[in-house]
Amino acid sequence: MSVDTAKTGEPGASPMTDPAALETPLARARGLGSAREGAEHWWHERASAVAVLLLFVWLIVSLLRLPALDHRGVTEWLRDPLAAVPMLLLIAATFWHLKMGLQVIVEDYVHDEGNKFLVLLLLSFAAIGGAAFAIFAVLKIAFAATGLPR
Amino acid sequence: MSRNPNRPLSPHLGVYKWGPHMLVSILHRVTGAGLATVGAAALVWWLVAAASGEEAYESFAGWAISWPGVVVGVGLTWAFFQHLLSGLRHLVMDIGAGFEIQGNKFWATMTMAGALLLTAALWLYIAMERL
Repeated sequence: MSVDTAKTGEPGASPMTDPAALETPLARARGLGSAREGAEHWWHERASAVAVLLLFVWLIVSLLRLPALDHRGVTEWLRDPLAAVPMLLLIAATFWHLKMGLQVIVEDYVHDEGNKFLVLLLLSFAAIGGAAFAIFAVLKIAFAATGLPR
Repeated sequence: MSRNPNRPLSPHLGVYKWGPHMLVSILHRVTGAGLATVGAAALVWWLVAAASGEEAYESFAGWAISWPGVVVGVGLTWAFFQHLLSGLRHLVMDIGAGFEIQGNKFWATMTMAGALLLTAALWLYIAMERL
């Protein structure tokens, strides 16, 4: 088997004789592009997915363990830095992940360059705006506990 | 868009026989889009209501425990678990594993069964603990 065959992983090649047949497209895309970041969006989507997974498991377990989910119960819980900080991380990771995910959907289905540009711009605004509102809300609850005049 | 007739057309959805792997792929995108819009809006509403005071929070909680609210809530938790499990499946496939046809179809089916099971378990727990 020539080196060329191993690199391209010819269609129909058996993984038993040609390990490159199992090579993922990522192996070839990594580091490409004029700025060597060809696979960056793809990679960030995966990295943020792992963060969102861990943080949502934390959120669900925390909420199920709260004695009450009324206003008092939730705000007192969020005043604890050990709740407020993971919640801020959750908001950042979630809105970053959902922005990248929706971007891929838009790029798949919106073919007109002008429309695509506009939709992606609005998507960025919406994602950053939503995250800002949520972050401000958490900070407002958390800092209300410091004893400063409200 | 102009098309060079000398180039072959890529086959699209219509030519494939349906299987669990196709369904799970589409479900991953649909649940992701639902969570990114409805789920994100609910998260922001919940946090802003909590920061705005008791009255705003009561208004949110009133919606959340109403019938439409519970239906959306169950839908969001199912979408969350489906997206989580099919997302884990994607992470496995990203490292180049799980492409054998039998195993691939098995785990595609398992993500859907697991999502329904986890959704039912969570809401059963909530119903028993809170009601």
